[in-house]
Amino acid sequence: MTQPSVRTQVAPDTGARTETPALEPLLFELHREGRSGRHIRDEASDPVPPDFARQAPLGLPELSELQVVRHFTHLSQLNYAVDTGFYPLGSCTMKYNPKVNDRAASLPGFADLHPLQPDETIQGALRLMCELQEMLAGITGFAAVSLQPAAGAHAEFTAILMFKAYHHARGDTGRRRVIVPDSAHGTNPASAAMCGFDVTTVRSDARGNIDIAALEDTLGDDVVGLMLTNPNTLGLFEERVREVCAAVHKVGGLVYGDGANLNALMGLARPGDLGLDCVHINLHKTFSTPHGAGGPGAGPLCVKAPLEPYLPSPRVRRNDDGTFGRSLDHPDSVGRVRSFLGSFGVLVRAYTYMRSLGEEGLAEASRDAILAANYLLSRVRSTYQLAYERTCMHEFVLTAAKQKKQGASALDIAKALIDEGFHPPTVYFPLIVAEALMIEPTETEPKETLDAFADALLRIARRIETEPGTVRDAPLRAPLRRLDEVGAARRPVLRYRR
Amino acid sequence: MLEAIGVGSVDDLLGAIPREARGAVMGVPEGLTEAEVTAHLAAIAAQDRPAGAGPFFLGGPVQRRYIPAAVPALALRGEFLTAYTPYQPEVSQGTLQAIWEFQSLGCELFGLDVANASMYEGGTALAEAAFMAVRATGRKKVVVARETFSQFRDTLRTYAKGPDLEILEVPTAELAQRAEGAACLVVQHPDAAGGLVDVRTIADAAHAAGALCVQVTEPHACAVLEPPGALGADLAVAEGQPLGIPMSFGGPYLGMLACREALVRHMPGRIVGRTEDTRGVRGFVNTLQTREQHIRREKATSNICTNEAIAAITAAVYLALLGPRGMRAAASRGAAQAHALAARLARIPGCAVAFDRPFLDRFPLRTPAGALYDALLADGIVVGLGLRDDPVLADALVLQCTELTTDQDIDAIAGALERAVAGAREPARA
Repeated sequence: MTQPSVRTQVAPDTGARTETPALEPLLFELHREGRSGRHIRDEASDPVPPDFARQAPLGLPELSELQVVRHFTHLSQLNYAVDTGFYPLGSCTMKYNPKVNDRAASLPGFADLHPLQPDETIQGALRLMCELQEMLAGITGFAAVSLQPAAGAHAEFTAILMFKAYHHARGDTGRRRVIVPDSAHGTNPASAAMCGFDVTTVRSDARGNIDIAALEDTLGDDVVGLMLTNPNTLGLFEERVREVCAAVHKVGGLVYGDGANLNALMGLARPGDLGLDCVHINLHKTFSTPHGAGGPGAGPLCVKAPLEPYLPSPRVRRNDDGTFGRSLDHPDSVGRVRSFLGSFGVLVRAYTYMRSLGEEGLAEASRDAILAANYLLSRVRSTYQLAYERTCMHEFVLTAAKQKKQGASALDIAKALIDEGFHPPTVYFPLIVAEALMIEPTETEPKETLDAFADALLRIARRIETEPGTVRDAPLRAPLRRLDEVGAARRPVLRYRR
Repeated sequence: MLEAIGVGSVDDLLGAIPREARGAVMGVPEGLTEAEVTAHLAAIAAQDRPAGAGPFFLGGPVQRRYIPAAVPALALRGEFLTAYTPYQPEVSQGTLQAIWEFQSLGCELFGLDVANASMYEGGTALAEAAFMAVRATGRKKVVVARETFSQFRDTLRTYAKGPDLEILEVPTAELAQRAEGAACLVVQHPDAAGGLVDVRTIADAAHAAGALCVQVTEPHACAVLEPPGALGADLAVAEGQPLGIPMSFGGPYLGMLACREALVRHMPGRIVGRTEDTRGVRGFVNTLQTREQHIRREKATSNICTNEAIAAITAAVYLALLGPRGMRAAASRGAAQAHALAARLARIPGCAVAFDRPFLDRFPLRTPAGALYDALLADGIVVGLGLRDDPVLADALVLQCTELTTDQDIDAIAGALERAVAGAREPARA
């Protein structure tokens, strides 16, 4: 990455130079009164009743189009992205996003549709959603699918609400606890809490699986269910997954599958065949839709038949006459979890990806993801310590405990990787691994990228052995040095003020 | 690679998967080349009728608006689009500064102190705003104006099933009298049918009862109407889609959520803050993260993780391009066309604006015959249906105008309605 120059700011109105050096001025600092593009014709008449009219001026910056274009182009160049380099951010599946998917989503027949248009004008969109639901059901081994959830966490909330409705429909209202492994994503306990439930954390065993004895100890008839990520956040397949599910079912609980790591399972094993009651899918991860600098995602929820009545409404369905429609007649549904049917633009991209790869290609993607992770692991495991000595699935978790003793932490290693030209892995997660480095290479990277990244990790380890202080100063080649996060939280400046 | 790993085949890496569960058939059709999949998707898209294919008066939270060419050209650059959550701020300053600018622009629009980095969409933003009010007041009752978008109310009711909140829906006119014991009053202005609402009175009533006032609004309306902060609202919620984001059949969209300073610790989701690096160069980071799920787990203010960052960046680009002048032009143009449309349709026998309140760019139309929705659709004209749950407006049509509504569109719907009304009065002879 080239290092952009730091500019001294020029105050907009006076032209005076200020003290704040920055990479790129703020939109507000570029403002010059009277500047604007010419996108929409000014309106002469003003039909706003005076009682309701805005009194304060609208304080948006006034800019020429060229200024706006340069500003956001400069900003984009300060980012690291999959399109610019290797991004092995564990748990996030930063695989390449084919451009054809974006083009498909921008077709006027998809992008220029209002969600409240009548069914006869949206047959293509509904058909695509139905076919996507059917493919996702097949991939996961479940009976029914809702495409409504906007992200994985949204699907978790949806499913725990459904669990609540399921238990209540049986007159079973005494269940208060959701069980979450200590390796789980933070969204799992947060979703359970949003549904009004208490969270019980269960520990992992020495092989990185859920500790079944500990699980059985805490199970009882007050348990709503278990939230299970498989492969788990250690990148390990839950070896006794069927026993785990059976134990939860035995006390009347349900098992939620966090499908964040489905990229390891396509065509290899279906969550529905492993004993789970439902699973969400992060389309943006496994099905290669761009992560959008933080979103959008999409979190379709796939469920077994007994949970189907509780799925969000409206639902999309195939009519008997071969047309497609939306149905609202689901009296047991938890209701809408969002205003409309789903993050359709994400669904189109995922559909395009699935149809491009096909049955064989999807299975090959998962096998290649596992191969890539194990290969990368084989290159670094003698230098960095593996948190759990097992064959990994599509990602693995190292601990930099040894390096920490030598004087550089997982955070330092992450920052040093920036100087080596890579995006760092996920760090300090899962919480049960000290100095965790969670690395997910994905199937779309060639061997030479994996080798270059492994070489960089090994170089950094050698530097830590000899001169750890140099690693603590990293990054030196990024647009900025390390940022003061403590100060940002202590004295929050969350918006521009004149 | 297999040799380096020390196995003979990929199958040797799969030992942990129960043998009997392996190798299931997924049922996905055989793969296609890029050329083939492009043709396949084009054929599916051709089965839809895009909004731009004819006069279009359907709106509400989702609006057909002009998107400047520079908006997708900038916001969808690969450097933004294929990055993820800015966990490593040193290599994510593009995302972080753009989001901070989005927060700043939203605060200007809503007249409030703090905006977050985005929620999923308008309906879930409303639900999260209600949750904030519940946390801030310790009360569990949320009183919602019935003239709020029905999809937003439905979403709120679903969310409320989580912590077992009481949701009370009342007409806007009764809202001010129902503040006792409420965590918040939720008012929409302009409301679902387009009517303008006296928010100040409702906010005052909320505050007098120790409740908060949540205003659901629309970005363009805020360019010409007194904004939520100036009306006394503590929280503002909007669907941000009209800010340069394609309608795309329901998403992905942009939930906008802003509040007064005092509520910031209750805010859900990501918030970007300004800081500096070790050399003193200005930079931006995700901040106040002790509110969030990855730190606080079950004690977090929300479970949201992935949000709608690219939509927030899109909205920032749109607002920067239009500026105050363009935003006012777009909002005023829609309003002027709506008033011209209302005047034109009122000349048709039996047609009239279905309420006697001021409106901005959307209004309900009473028609003499009902079921004119289908007659208009047959003429290629798409309109909105009336308000569910509303005794007066249930049978009305709701017509939305924007800067894209042309005089020809107005002539077309007027002509079609005249024909439909005449046809309804004189049924064709058998």
